[in-house]
Amino acid sequence: MKPKSISAATRPRVGKWLVTGPPLAYLLLFFAIPSLIMVLASFRTPGEFGGLAPLFEEGRLDLNLDSYVRFFSESIYAQIFAKSVWYALATTLFCLALAYPLAALIAKSGRRYRDLLLLLVILPFWSNFLIRVYAWMIILGPNAALARTVNGVLAWFGHEPVPLLFSSFAVLVCLVYVHLPFMVLPLYANLEKHDQALLDAAQDLGANAWQRFWRITFPLSLPGVYAGAALVFIPALGIFAIPDILGGPEDSLIGNVIKQQFLETRDWPFGSVLSIVLTIAALFLAVLAAWVARGNLGTPSSVKAARA
Amino acid sequence: MALLEIQNVTRRFGDFTAVDNVSIGIEAGEFFTLLGPSGCGKTTLLRMIAGFDLPDGGRVSLNGEDLAGRPPERRPMRMVFQSYALFPHMTVEGNVAFPLQMAKTPAAEIGAKIAAALEDVRLQGFGKRYPHELSGGQKQRVALGRALVTHPAVLLLDEPLAALDAKLREEMQIELINLQKEVGITFVYVTHDQTEALALSHRIAVMNKGRVEQLDAPSKIYGFPRTRFVADFIGQCNLFSGPVAASGNGLVTVDVPALGPVRVATDSKLAPGRPATIALRPEKIRIEATAPADTPDNHYRGTVADLLYMGDVTVYRVATPGGMRVEALLANSQSGRAKFFEVGDAVEMSWSVEAGHFIEE
Repeated sequence: MKPKSISAATRPRVGKWLVTGPPLAYLLLFFAIPSLIMVLASFRTPGEFGGLAPLFEEGRLDLNLDSYVRFFSESIYAQIFAKSVWYALATTLFCLALAYPLAALIAKSGRRYRDLLLLLVILPFWSNFLIRVYAWMIILGPNAALARTVNGVLAWFGHEPVPLLFSSFAVLVCLVYVHLPFMVLPLYANLEKHDQALLDAAQDLGANAWQRFWRITFPLSLPGVYAGAALVFIPALGIFAIPDILGGPEDSLIGNVIKQQFLETRDWPFGSVLSIVLTIAALFLAVLAAWVARGNLGTPSSVKAARA
Repeated sequence: MALLEIQNVTRRFGDFTAVDNVSIGIEAGEFFTLLGPSGCGKTTLLRMIAGFDLPDGGRVSLNGEDLAGRPPERRPMRMVFQSYALFPHMTVEGNVAFPLQMAKTPAAEIGAKIAAALEDVRLQGFGKRYPHELSGGQKQRVALGRALVTHPAVLLLDEPLAALDAKLREEMQIELINLQKEVGITFVYVTHDQTEALALSHRIAVMNKGRVEQLDAPSKIYGFPRTRFVADFIGQCNLFSGPVAASGNGLVTVDVPALGPVRVATDSKLAPGRPATIALRPEKIRIEATAPADTPDNHYRGTVADLLYMGDVTVYRVATPGGMRVEALLANSQSGRAKFFEVGDAVEMSWSVEAGHFIEE
């Protein structure tokens, strides 16, 4: 009797480990341990020819705060950080402005069109990220129709021609283009669940179309807005490929500086410091967004209602 | 002229006519019910009154003003939805304040109006709660308070009690009656539940296939159904159909196959041979073990085929020698025993000429 009851109690536990074990091991091996290595590297001394100096120098542990001191004493890095936050914020806002009407349209269309439209939203993922970024070089290039049209109009007004490529404009356009689906999908998932009876009730109680949106639809969609904003903001904050390919020298973002530290300057400890600061900043903003979503700006039930 | 006039209103969806040339006048202060089975057009009619749908023909007018050009948000009516449709991200107060804010009520007056509305629906102290923290009955009351806070001319209720359990429903029915008396607002109530309609309404329009079959007070609807459909839909009813055998002197005899001639008091002068129906409520039938001492107007023999013991009453289905099943209902309180008869007992059924109701076909 007794052994049987014990085995019955242990069996689900074994099953639980079988299910949750592999992903936990994966995260431990490829996320937690590398993160700890990075944290350790940030306190070490750069090697003479790149990489890291030996951890034990003349019998004592060589750990120091030099790279942190450098980060906080040279204002250029704080400026680049601020610029990166600004780009990521602008990307998030443009994505929100473009994605909201699109998500609402998809949520309101009939079954058949809905699936087709969703397919179109995720279709860009079928081609390689870099190819899509390089495609913008062609679209925005000086001999392309777009640049010629814009500069033709500018010349009409007596303006000097402006380059579209290798500019903040190119970086921002491509950032918005790349991240748009990440805003559309959570917004759609939220809006699709909205109850038409609530809008009918609001209309019956005297609300016009704008009031119905602003008082009912929008507050109830906030969990989707927060989810989309986090999915856009955090990757946009660390991106380096887009400014590398489409930006000018002024458009270097924090991601580019980190890449530079590891691949060109070969100052691994300082690159680690920048990465840690970026991770902490992203984490802080994600926690802030979650906190706001939990009802310190909206209401507690907005989250529950959208989940229900 | 009635407060709310529905004149020759028709609504079609493709080939299907949901509402077919309906005309109803609803008086100020009335508790009016649209009753019918699902698909009879009652909800479509209500949505046209609210403005969510527009008639293909006819007009809806309030105080003589045609409402055709007015969208729902600009009609002085409020609707209570079957699902309550409370705003989940607002507190009870927020929900009740919503129509006041939409009506640009001065902020200083809003607090007092919310308090008064919550008192009307007996929800004092619940203002800070969110809808998900309320029971079904409480949600229902918030929906009522929210709809009544601006004192609309008409309150439209779309099966508001359908989601509640039986006990709570009865409680809410009494509250609805009292609330309607208290606020004096015209209620237009939609339901498929005939007991609810009978209990609540001043007048009932029984609808079937998009048409109004009968528009009357509840006691008239129940006691004097004008059509077979109404008799059958409202409560339990025996329907005896057959050709008229004789008529005159305020009495008609219908030759009912499998039962025999049935006599009924009526002013109808339907010629012999024409088809007719007599509607007879089960509770109007007397059942006895031996032949009645007096000579009743209608008297038949049968045996108890089935019985349903319901606690307060027992429903007997009596089989006649001709093979017809007649339903009779006896209150159990008179017997002192649980029931009078057992299955297989021979019984004598009788009823007076006034008990039945004559329906021409």
